[in-house]
Amino acid sequence: MIAFLLRRLALGVMTIWLISVLSFVIIQLPPGDFVDAYIAQLASSGSSVSAEEAQAMRLQYGLGQPFYVQYGKWISRVVVGDFGESMEWRRPVTQVIGDRLWLTLLLSLGALIVTWTLALPIGIYSAVRQYSVADYIFTLVGFIGIAVPNFLMALIIMYFAFKFFGASVGGLFSAEFAMAPWSWAKAWDLAKHLPLPAVILALGGTAQLIRIMRANLLDELRRPYVVTARAKGLSETRVILKYPVRAALNPFASNIAYLFPYLVSGSIIISIVLGLPTVGPLLVKSLVAQDMFLAGTIVLLLGVLTVVGTFISDLVLMWVDPRLRHQMD
Amino acid sequence: MFGFITGRRAPQLSKAERFAVATQLQLTWWRFRRHKLAMISGVVVLLFYGLAIAADFLATTDPHATDARTSYIAPQPIHFFDEDGAFRPYVNGLKGVRDPKTFKLIYTIDPNRRTYLQFFAPGYRYSFLGIETDIHLIGLKNPQRGDGIYILGTDLLGRDLWSRLMVATRVSLTIGLIGVSISLFLGVLLGGVSAIYGGVVDTVIQRVIEVVRSMPTIPLWLGLAAALPNSWSVMQIYFAITIIISLLAWTDLARVVRGKFLSLREEDFVMAAELAGASQGRIIFRHMLPSFASHIIAAVSLALPAMIISETSLSFLGLGLRPPAISWGILLQDAQSIQTLALAPWLLASAVPVILVILAFNFLGDGLRDAADPYG
Repeated sequence: MIAFLLRRLALGVMTIWLISVLSFVIIQLPPGDFVDAYIAQLASSGSSVSAEEAQAMRLQYGLGQPFYVQYGKWISRVVVGDFGESMEWRRPVTQVIGDRLWLTLLLSLGALIVTWTLALPIGIYSAVRQYSVADYIFTLVGFIGIAVPNFLMALIIMYFAFKFFGASVGGLFSAEFAMAPWSWAKAWDLAKHLPLPAVILALGGTAQLIRIMRANLLDELRRPYVVTARAKGLSETRVILKYPVRAALNPFASNIAYLFPYLVSGSIIISIVLGLPTVGPLLVKSLVAQDMFLAGTIVLLLGVLTVVGTFISDLVLMWVDPRLRHQMD
Repeated sequence: MFGFITGRRAPQLSKAERFAVATQLQLTWWRFRRHKLAMISGVVVLLFYGLAIAADFLATTDPHATDARTSYIAPQPIHFFDEDGAFRPYVNGLKGVRDPKTFKLIYTIDPNRRTYLQFFAPGYRYSFLGIETDIHLIGLKNPQRGDGIYILGTDLLGRDLWSRLMVATRVSLTIGLIGVSISLFLGVLLGGVSAIYGGVVDTVIQRVIEVVRSMPTIPLWLGLAAALPNSWSVMQIYFAITIIISLLAWTDLARVVRGKFLSLREEDFVMAAELAGASQGRIIFRHMLPSFASHIIAAVSLALPAMIISETSLSFLGLGLRPPAISWGILLQDAQSIQTLALAPWLLASAVPVILVILAFNFLGDGLRDAADPYG
């Protein structure tokens, strides 16, 4: 078990390292070095940088030196929390990102919870009442969930909400709270706005999980031990929930490690459609404006967030599933 | 039994006998045919690819031609019969109205006017499989100035949505195909190498796969796609985007290939081939490949919709293909804001083929996966 945890941890560290290299590559990709870009940016806003200042900046970031030296300089600053300055906003990157990172996390976690709480009971129901009307309806809805990319789903829901209810469904806050400092009232406002985007984000993953759960449980329900349990006179609920459902949960659980990155990814694109104040719109904007420190930092932070989230879900899994613990010994 | 030799007619085979002597391909096909939804989906997919080949032929108007006067014209449905029941397809014509503020001529649909249509009408020039032509499936009979045929309406710049959708289908579907080919190459190569060599190589490749799978893909795609230089041509961007998308999508295919390789290696027929002195190459390509080719085909048809969604999402965000290229994502980009949708809801029509194709590929892949192992 310790070995399994260590392996997972090592893998997580490796992933973070790879993501950091990729983020740095993204920062470096635009033609010319970013001091040029910075000077051009300043020039367009009317101020200028002297040659000495530019030279000092180049030295500070090790520009002109080999890639790994530059990467080393950048990462050693990142480790102490200095992500550089956003060229477009002229403020430290961390300030620009602000609450957005936590809102992204909140949205993804919300979607994760929706996925679990929907997929589990529906999957069980569809398997136990196979070929019932409800099973067909869930299957149909599930296929739609898989086939409609979530940005399209957001777009369509937004259109129909507008057309039939005249309501605008975007955003995570009401207008009066958007800029307000945090308070209980603001948190409550957020709680009221969060469910819709969380459900939209969760739909694709939920549909897939329902199908996995249904197929696994159907396999288990045909096994002799279920017949035995029934023959011994256990109540139907107990027969199903106590044994086959637990057995069917295993592959279901192993999928969850890949569900979280998928949700974080998806949150970017639906945030843009629904106008949510997560890092999504900021990332796209910074990429279009070639504000590379901001963009690279967001990619890096999202990656770290995903890895940490996946690691935590691994821990939870091991706590829930005794077989996983023993398997690893 | 020796019916062919003695010249007597071969006896009619019973169902069980036919099953016993059928080739693997036949068995797979019989199994697949039982899956009705997959069959229909297969036909839908073929139709879409047919449509992609004939995109310019099916288009009615030059998909790049802009006209400010025909901005946001509502869809004009084709009427195939006139009131006598005779087959004379027509669309309601357009009426030029002067804008009272700007004095600009604006076209709107006039229900009292008719413009008749003809099949195989001349239109804009295009090249079909290398042949220069200007024949389109449907066109106006005697086009007058200001006449137009807008089956699905027009966008802000007055471009015909139907024609754009046809061309977009071609772009989006081929991106999927090329992307899957690259993924397949990487997947088979790395999955195969991983299974054949084992040991350290296997461990490294498996860890890389786990790392790639646990990364959030969209931010990385966005970052890489945004770095493509603005000076690149449409074609260069097209290939670069395809490569970016397929770089992160090969892992599933590699896992399928590796798993199949490992399980087949234990099979008796592989050992028999080994004992008979077959070379490693012969064992892999002659004996192992045919038995998991069907699994790969199934995995590919499930990977394709993911590719199409990726391209559509990237272009939708403005970081994938860029205008003047036309793809589903670019068409949907126009439908991004609720203000536009309230004004021109028909722009959402581009969502229909996206959903149809993804559904069809999913059903097809499911059917293929079930049929891939006909002995099971």
